[in-house]
Amino acid sequence: MAPEEEIAAEEARVEQAVEQDDIAISVRNLKNSFGDQVVHEGLNLDVRKGEIIGVVGGSGTGKSVLMRSIIGLQTPDEGEVHVFGESMIGRLDDEALAIRKRWGVLFQGGALFSTLTVAENVEVPIREYYPNIGPQLRDEIAAYKIRLTGLPAEAGPKYPAELSGGMKKRAGLARALALDPDLLFLDEPTAGLDPIGAAAFDDQTRRLQQTLGLTVFLITHDLDTLYSICDRVAVLADKKVIAVGAIDELLATDHPWIQEYFNGPRGRAATAAVTREREKTAPQPSDGRR
Amino acid sequence: MNKAADLVEETRDGGTVIRLLGHLSIACLHDLPARLDMITGPVAAIDLSGIDHMDTIGAWTVHRTAKRLSSEIVGGSEDSRRLVEAVGELDEPVNIRPDYVPPLQRVVGQIGEAVITAGSTLLGLVGFFGGTLVATWNVIRHPSRFRVNAVVQRFEVVGVSALGIIGLMSFLIGIVIAQQGSVQLRQFGMEMLTINLVGRLTFRELGVLMTAIMVAGRSGSAFAAQLGTMKLTEEIDAMRTIGVSPMEALVLPRTLAVVVMMPLLGFYSSIVAVIGGGFLCAVSLDIPPITFIQRLREVVPITDLWVGLLKAPVFGIIIALAGCFQGMQVKANAEEVGLRTTSAVVQAIFLVIVIDAFFAVFFTWLGWN
Repeated sequence: MAPEEEIAAEEARVEQAVEQDDIAISVRNLKNSFGDQVVHEGLNLDVRKGEIIGVVGGSGTGKSVLMRSIIGLQTPDEGEVHVFGESMIGRLDDEALAIRKRWGVLFQGGALFSTLTVAENVEVPIREYYPNIGPQLRDEIAAYKIRLTGLPAEAGPKYPAELSGGMKKRAGLARALALDPDLLFLDEPTAGLDPIGAAAFDDQTRRLQQTLGLTVFLITHDLDTLYSICDRVAVLADKKVIAVGAIDELLATDHPWIQEYFNGPRGRAATAAVTREREKTAPQPSDGRR
Repeated sequence: MNKAADLVEETRDGGTVIRLLGHLSIACLHDLPARLDMITGPVAAIDLSGIDHMDTIGAWTVHRTAKRLSSEIVGGSEDSRRLVEAVGELDEPVNIRPDYVPPLQRVVGQIGEAVITAGSTLLGLVGFFGGTLVATWNVIRHPSRFRVNAVVQRFEVVGVSALGIIGLMSFLIGIVIAQQGSVQLRQFGMEMLTINLVGRLTFRELGVLMTAIMVAGRSGSAFAAQLGTMKLTEEIDAMRTIGVSPMEALVLPRTLAVVVMMPLLGFYSSIVAVIGGGFLCAVSLDIPPITFIQRLREVVPITDLWVGLLKAPVFGIIIALAGCFQGMQVKANAEEVGLRTTSAVVQAIFLVIVIDAFFAVFFTWLGWN
């Protein structure tokens, strides 16, 4: 296919996607400020259903604030946030609650409830939203969710203080997945993990996303994560999303920050690693996404 | 979207088959798991062909039922069968809570632990006192390491900010003592003795004791919470690695501030309590302030003031040590900060009252009646 055709096909695909209402999250004209400091202004972002979108940006560009605005922990000054077609700002009614049940959030430090064991942490959302699930089934659900995130069975009765950083992240992920969400928010999931643990976590995220058909909103600084699992990457700078697309598309833009980000020494190392990985796993038919 | 899950029992080829219908997802399961649990008879197969959608919780429900009734899973899309298989692979017993301990054993264990904790706390407190003395000695040898700013800042927090509440409390206590005392003494026609009561009681005991309780509640708890939080965020470990001794940088300024402030606050509290007593005497007993003051000078020996002021710094040491010690013991989680803060205040007040009793005996023995 010629490049023009490819772009046209991509555009058609995007248009089709929009027509099919295939947007999980849509943020329009978002403005957030703290005092005099404006974090976002006129920020727009669409997240498609079933994709892993990576959100990157320098420190202080408001990646976490964007996530908090979407999940309703931060009320923006202006703008619209729609999740699965429902406006979410300042809503506390039943429909908004129904949407809330459809997402899971993994906070940066895991944010596990420190007085509950790992398994009890996983049970909290189930207990809260679905009291009709009996205690025995609930225990079983917590058990397989724990195993699902790659934690050993011994981790169940442990308290968060007894866990290592990586295990806390996994436990947090198990809790985020408790209700089988359609939408998963991950805030720097691989920060502070060793490379092997980080790679395993990436792999897990990818596998979960494929088996459960999740949409993943992923904030990260980890270039390896971006290269290995993200379908698209949104770049936050100058108070808005300056570019969204696959990494190859981002590399084609000439924004200095993007160039520096992906073509800096770390970016090049990650590219090289991905290239090696691809060569190892034999030529795969391109699915048009990457 | 919301199509409730349902089941139908059918007989096929001589065996029972459970046919599942609708949405097998957590939002639509409703009472399906309970109904599946009620089925006991031998079931040959579970048929998934009537399912529109399934999540992992639905898949788990299918898996556990199939496992319990040792039945086969048939029909349905390949995806749904794969999902059931995938969750089935994760089937491994996981403990939800720490192991259960029988109540009797637990109570005995708790009593034992409490005794050990009490003993080790006392030991730790003595050790901590020793550590503070060593830090003091180090600072005396290297005066440049003395943190003037930190101490002065604590003076303000511990002392100046407490003036309002301690003044108000003391004033009211003075009024209460004078009022209650005068009611009793009136029966003997000795209302003038109210002045003795107010003067001696406040200077000797109540002024300092009430101040100690207030300071323990205000500053002792604050110390425990501050140091505890710093311990949690590894600030104290960071300090140690940089070569700053937390004893010198955190504990010593706080201890010094309380030790210096306690006599001043105690004296202030006694004076305000006497003013409160004098106010009540003037208002309800018609004793003019001049008479009140003159009488006070006659009946309150100066040793009463010394008794109060000598006790104050000792109480201060106890309050500061209990607060800082408990704060430094924080490990693990945020809940412990709360627990330690509580024990800091309780221990401080308890020890202050115990020491006060010793002082009472000691001063009587000295002849300072």
